[in-house]
Amino acid sequence: MMQLSCPWCGLRDETEFACGGTTHLERPPLAATDADWGHYLFFRDNPKGVHLERWRHAWGCGQWFNVARDTVTHDVLAVYRMGDPPPRLGA
Amino acid sequence: MRYSALALLRGALSGHRNWPPAWRSPEPKPQYDVVIVGGGGHGLASAYYLAKNHGITNVAVLERGWLGGGNTGRNTTVVRSNYLYPESARLYDFSLRLYEGLARELNFNVMLSQRGHLMLAHSRHDLESMSRWANTMAMHGIDAQLLTREQVGALVPALDLSAGARYPVLGAFMQPRAGTARHDAVAWGYARGADHLGVDIIQNCAVTGFVTDANGHVTGVDTSRGRIRTARVGIAAAGHSSVLAKLAGFRLPVTSYALQAMVTEPLKPRLDTVVISPGTGAYVSQSDKGEMVIGASLDLFPSYAQRGSFGVLQGVVAATLAMFPSFSRLRLMRQWAGIVDVVHDSSPIIGPTPVPGLYINCGWGTGGFKAIPVGGWTLAHVLATGRNHELAEAFQLERFVTGRLIDEAAASGIAH
Repeated sequence: MMQLSCPWCGLRDETEFACGGTTHLERPPLAATDADWGHYLFFRDNPKGVHLERWRHAWGCGQWFNVARDTVTHDVLAVYRMGDPPPRLGA
Repeated sequence: MRYSALALLRGALSGHRNWPPAWRSPEPKPQYDVVIVGGGGHGLASAYYLAKNHGITNVAVLERGWLGGGNTGRNTTVVRSNYLYPESARLYDFSLRLYEGLARELNFNVMLSQRGHLMLAHSRHDLESMSRWANTMAMHGIDAQLLTREQVGALVPALDLSAGARYPVLGAFMQPRAGTARHDAVAWGYARGADHLGVDIIQNCAVTGFVTDANGHVTGVDTSRGRIRTARVGIAAAGHSSVLAKLAGFRLPVTSYALQAMVTEPLKPRLDTVVISPGTGAYVSQSDKGEMVIGASLDLFPSYAQRGSFGVLQGVVAATLAMFPSFSRLRLMRQWAGIVDVVHDSSPIIGPTPVPGLYINCGWGTGGFKAIPVGGWTLAHVLATGRNHELAEAFQLERFVTGRLIDEAAASGIAH
């Protein structure tokens, strides 16, 4: 079973968490065009490889945090707090 | 050659050693009128209908692995058209009607078994929403029935209807024309049919890029077996649609998830319908070989790994045993996952992309198998004519900008 390390509670099974999808999305201004708004709401990179995503420790402390995870191997490459910049990964 | 009882007899007389291959394995030509990316059911059906309905036979189907090795070979083989909205009802029932004539059309036994599809109601609220659903289907001219608890018991004696059942069954909603079909045969039948009409099916050929001219129009594809020139490309790659879209320089409203299924060891006939329990997240049917085929809900985090997580597996097995306690001593033989292309409204995208000449068929999410005939039919139409098929008009990429979504989350079966 995949395990994630909650920044507050430590390593727990994946079944304690809920994935909140892609992180670092920026809400466009209210004057945005329909196209920009639609892209903000629905269109995603959906990468085969490293994905930066939000998770919540739903059946634990309830806190949100960010994860860098490989969508092919499910390796967790980094865990960082909401508001932190994306980590520099790789060599 | 045409398959028939006589051909079978002739084959038997020569010890079944002289059957010709069902399709050729040609070298890719340098140029095609249309290139289809993806040799699953949707891609092969698109090629077949391009040749059959539109007379376009200079067509190549490029498949990275082997035919039907993706979701076409990983689904639970259910076909049905119990959708809620008129656009979806038309689309999926057209597909089911094509399935009803498919074995004859393709001269290939797809083993369609219209054994009925039962959706269990576990609460009064389930019953109310199902009666709305069944009435809506009836208005669209699609067969639907509401069953009482007693009728469910008579149809599915293995189901636990006792007072102590963990999830009480109050009734069910049934589509009698729904059922199962042999998924490999659907891919192979379309492949053989397309090949006979002149389509080149090229396996072990991965697309690595798209070539465009100064106006951004598609002029070819780069593949692991060289560059192929073409002015029209159709993508039918399910969970890998976003990967191909990225090569072409645009994004899709798609997230890829793993969807699990599993089969038990074979046993004698015990279940002759498809039973789904949306509340518990499991559905079951019995294959012609006797295996119980069990489907799960999505692993709810993005994934391209064709295996499922253990948590969901545990949940679906528990739900299945709550419904069918007599299955408790069966052993699971195989478990796997397919990568499904989920969009926000659980409805497909069939039509043009931001790149001129490049068309896409994706977004079927957890329910692509039932839609193979109509997905192929409508993608072939837009590739051949440049205009959307009437059935596909509502299912365009632009709905994610206009907001005209067709939310079929409930009809897509298992919650996601």
